[in-house]
Parts: sequence; C-alpha cells; structure tokens
Amino acid sequence: MKKGLLVFILFVCVLAVAPLFLRDPFLCHILIMIMMYATMSIGWNVIGGYAGQVSFGNAAFFGVGAYTTAILLVNFNVNPWLGMLAGCVLSVCLAVVVGYPCFRLRGHYFAIATIAVGEIMGVIFTNWDYGGAAVGIYIPILEESFTNFEFHSSKIPYYYIILCMLLVAIAVSYVIEESRLGYYLRAVKDDPDGARSLGIDIQKYKMIAFSISAVLTSICGTFYGQYVLYIDPSSTMDLMMSIHLCIIALIGGIGKLFGPVVGAFVFIPLMELTRVYLGSEGQGIDMIIYSLLVIMIAIWRPQGLWALFSRGGK
Amino acid sequence: MEGVFTQTLVSGILIGFVYALIAVGLTMIFGMMDIVNFAHGEYLMVAMYFAYWFFVLFGMDPLYSLPWVTVLLFLLGVITYYIFIRPIINAPMLSQIFVTFGILILLRGVAQYLWNADYRMIPQTLTSGNVSIFGIYVGVSQLVAAAGAVICNGLIFWFLKSTRMGMAMEAVAEDKEAARLMGINSDRMFALAWGIGIATVGVAGGLLSSFYYVFPEVGSNFCLVAFVVVALGGFGSVPGAFIAGIIVGLVEVLSGYLVAPSLKFMFVLLLYLGVVFIRPQGFMGRK
Repeated sequence: MKKGLLVFILFVCVLAVAPLFLRDPFLCHILIMIMMYATMSIGWNVIGGYAGQVSFGNAAFFGVGAYTTAILLVNFNVNPWLGMLAGCVLSVCLAVVVGYPCFRLRGHYFAIATIAVGEIMGVIFTNWDYGGAAVGIYIPILEESFTNFEFHSSKIPYYYIILCMLLVAIAVSYVIEESRLGYYLRAVKDDPDGARSLGIDIQKYKMIAFSISAVLTSICGTFYGQYVLYIDPSSTMDLMMSIHLCIIALIGGIGKLFGPVVGAFVFIPLMELTRVYLGSEGQGIDMIIYSLLVIMIAIWRPQGLWALFSRGGK
Repeated sequence: MEGVFTQTLVSGILIGFVYALIAVGLTMIFGMMDIVNFAHGEYLMVAMYFAYWFFVLFGMDPLYSLPWVTVLLFLLGVITYYIFIRPIINAPMLSQIFVTFGILILLRGVAQYLWNADYRMIPQTLTSGNVSIFGIYVGVSQLVAAAGAVICNGLIFWFLKSTRMGMAMEAVAEDKEAARLMGINSDRMFALAWGIGIATVGVAGGLLSSFYYVFPEVGSNFCLVAFVVVALGGFGSVPGAFIAGIIVGLVEVLSGYLVAPSLKFMFVLLLYLGVVFIRPQGFMGRK
C-alpha cells in the first residue's frame, strides 16, 4: 500500500505540473476531458461498482447539474458556484425520487429502468421551452475570474478546477472503500439477501450510494456548462454518455478505486484522437475500436485493465 | 374528427404488430438464457440497410429481398452467438450486459463507417400508396408490414409449440439440466434461439424499410420500445409480447394524438416504469 500511495502522489504531481509544459491547447482539452470523465465514472463506480446497481441513466445527473447552473445564471443571475450547489441538491432529489422505486428492481429490470428514466429526462428537456428546448442554452459571457467560473484567455484554470474535482472524487471513493459504507455496499452487491438478514438496510445504503454518485456527476455537469459555455439536451442527457461512463469504469476496472481513472486515460484519448486524425472519413472507426475493446474486456478480463498494474487485483 | 381518431387507432395497432415482431426475438433469447440483448435494435438497423442495398444494387423491392434479408440475419444471429455470446453464458450479468452493449456500439460503428450518418430511404416500392378500408386510409406498406408481422409471430408460436425442435427449445428454457439429461444439446438450441431471434428482427427490418428512414441510430428507439413490449408481455413470453406490442403501439399513437407527438416516446417509457413497479412479471411472464 505504501508503494501505491507513492505512485498516486507521483501521478498527482505529474498532473499538477503538466500544464506548465503543455503549450498545446488541444492536449490541455483532452486532459480536461479525461479528468471530467474520470470524475463522473468514479461517480458511476460508487453505485455501479461498489453497490453493483448498473445505472445507465447517470447522464441525467450531468444534465441536471448543467441545466440548473445555466438556468439560474441566465434567468436569475445566480453565481455558477451557487448554481453548482443547487444542481447537487436537485440531483440528489432526483436520485432519491428515482432510486426509491427503482432499487426494488433487480438485474436487467433495474438497468432498463435507468435507461427509461434517462431517456424520459432527455425528452422532457428537449420539449421544455423555458429550459431552451432543443436549441439549448448559451451561457452568458462574464468577466474572467474564479468567482465567475469563467476563463476565456486560457484553459489552464479549468484544468486545475477539474483536477481538484477529480481529487475530491478519488478521496470520496477512497473513504467509501475504507469505511463501513463500503463494506455494506459490497455486501449488498454480493449477497443482498444475506445482507438483509444481517439487518443491513439495503434500500438506505443503495440510496446513499446513488446520491453520492449523483453529486459527483452533477458537479461535472456544472463544470461542462461553464467550460463549453453552451449546453443542449443532446450533449448533456444522451444515453450514449451514460453508457460511456460505465464503459470507462469497465475498461479500467469496475469496483476498483483507480479503475475509472485508468479507463478514462485509455478511452478519452482513443475517442478524441481518432476523431481528429481520421476526420469524417474515419467516422465510426473509434466506435469499432472501443466496442471491440469493451467486448474483449467483458469476456476475458472483467476485472479491467487496472488489474494489470496491481498484479492480480486487490 | 372521429375519423382521425379511428385512423390513429388503426395506425397504432398496425405499428404495434411490428413492435411485437421486434420484441419476439428479444423475449425468446431472454427466456432461454437470461440474457438481454441490448443490441437488438442494431440488428434491426442492419436488416434495414440490407433491404436498402438490395434495392439500390439489384433493384429488388423490400418485399422480394425479405427472404434474403431474413436468411442473412439468421446467419448473423448464429455467428453472434458463437463468437460473442457463448463465452459469457455463465458469466456475471455485468459481463453479459457489456458484451451486448459492445455489439450495439460495434454494429453502429460499422454502419457509420460503411454508410455514413445520412438518412436513406427506398423511394418507390411495390407497396407505396394508400388504400381506403371502410373509409379509413391506411398506407399499403404499413398494412403489409403488419400482416407480415402477424404471420411471422404466428409461425414462431407454432414452431415453439408444435415442432420437436421448438419444444426442445422450450425445454431448454424451462430447465437446462433436465433438458440435457433428455439428450437435448442446449448449446445448439441457444445458437438456434439467436438465429431465429435475430431473423425475426430481420423480417421486421425488411418490412419497415419500405416506409421508414434508415440511418445508423435507427435501432435505438425501436430497441427501447421492444424492451417496453417485452416487460409488459412478461420476459420470455411470446404471446405476451404480441398483446403487449399492440398496447404499446396504441399508447404511442394515442399519447401523440391526445398530448403531443414529441412526447409520445416518453409515455411509452413511463409505461415500462409503471409495469415493472406494479407487476414486474408482466402479463404472461414467468416469475
């Protein structure tokens, strides 16, 4: 474990100084996307990995975070940081409302129910005129500052903000793993009936895990809105995005602390680089490559790539 | 006004038959091996592209190419089983979900690479145009598609209930071990289930291609609708899927008619949630 800690500190240091050497905005953008998806995938891992409840609707929380912040900012001039907080609160509300009935379902029923919820959210936001409907919302340009959560001359401030979010997510995930909650969640995953017979309130712990998952995804929604300065339903509530979050965790290692981080470092560059270097001619090539990767991992290495580093897994 | 309403009902029932046909393959595969094929809609998309290219390259009407499309999809289903599904039959649910999701993305990626994201449509078919039945105008293509779906559903039901092979498949679905002791090769039955399950969605795709646009993402909505149908009818139940298909078709057109067309898909999904919350085994499903 000591060695692991050392590697982790080294990894954080490299990420922290990387912008000083990277002058290329595109590379900076890729790193930002990697860290954003890693954060969200850690969020997915809390409910999908630790608790074993496969959610295909997590993009809804991303959308709620992005939309809450944007609507509050555009219509009520509320500071984005406060908007982020409001987004988190609403995401948790959504998690509770959705989770309460859905967590009684098992296996495929649950997975498909989360798809349904995610898609319903997408339809609602596409038709909701106040929320910009299908056109989306342009986030107003404000003066560049940390308080305003907007920077126009450089991407580097965004880089450090998302790095902090990622570190928070890793810390949260670590605390869950080491705490009682983590043991309860693993019990819920491996043997729900056994856990119940020991007096563990399964519903409650699933709900807590789902809420944490919602918050970690929601803050990324806010970040994305402030980073791109434009949101619409197809970029924030897409089923494909929810699927990507699971795939990232799968590639790295489901239920492993650093699984989603490893997954994001493999998946995002693959997506972005094929898009750039193959252009429109290579449309679909990225999907072919990563789908084969996903299938191979699911068949032969369900513990993910992280297991390669940690020699046999934890 | 009343005429419009009846017309809506009729179109709902007609599309419902097609939904039922799409869902039959899904429910059959699920009933036999407890695997949900998340890529089901993508096979529909492939079938529609096949029908499209048969038309463009050989000038074959979708109705004439239907047998070819069905055979090709049957083979595709069997190949899928042997390459992707057999290794994960006894794997945890998570691996199964990801493999079928992987197939979904793979097929979509291949379609996008080969045929780009354009919307394509067969311009003129044998079944173009409308007919009037008792004062209700119906598209001939829709009518033919519905009739084809009913026939195909009936054939599947007959096959499962009345042929030795079909009964063997039902036996495997019921109890794999007992079936093995009776000398039934469950592996071959699984392959057959994938072949037939994908072939039925091939029939649906071929029929749809005469009045529906083809594009790489066309399968996603149909796939979700098929999930709703399967859940409503009961996972694993073929007759349940048939009735549920009609109900889903009606819910879709009625909510489009009474509320707003852009929201109709939401009501279909709400139907799914309603069913699984209240009666998770569906109408005719095994618990």
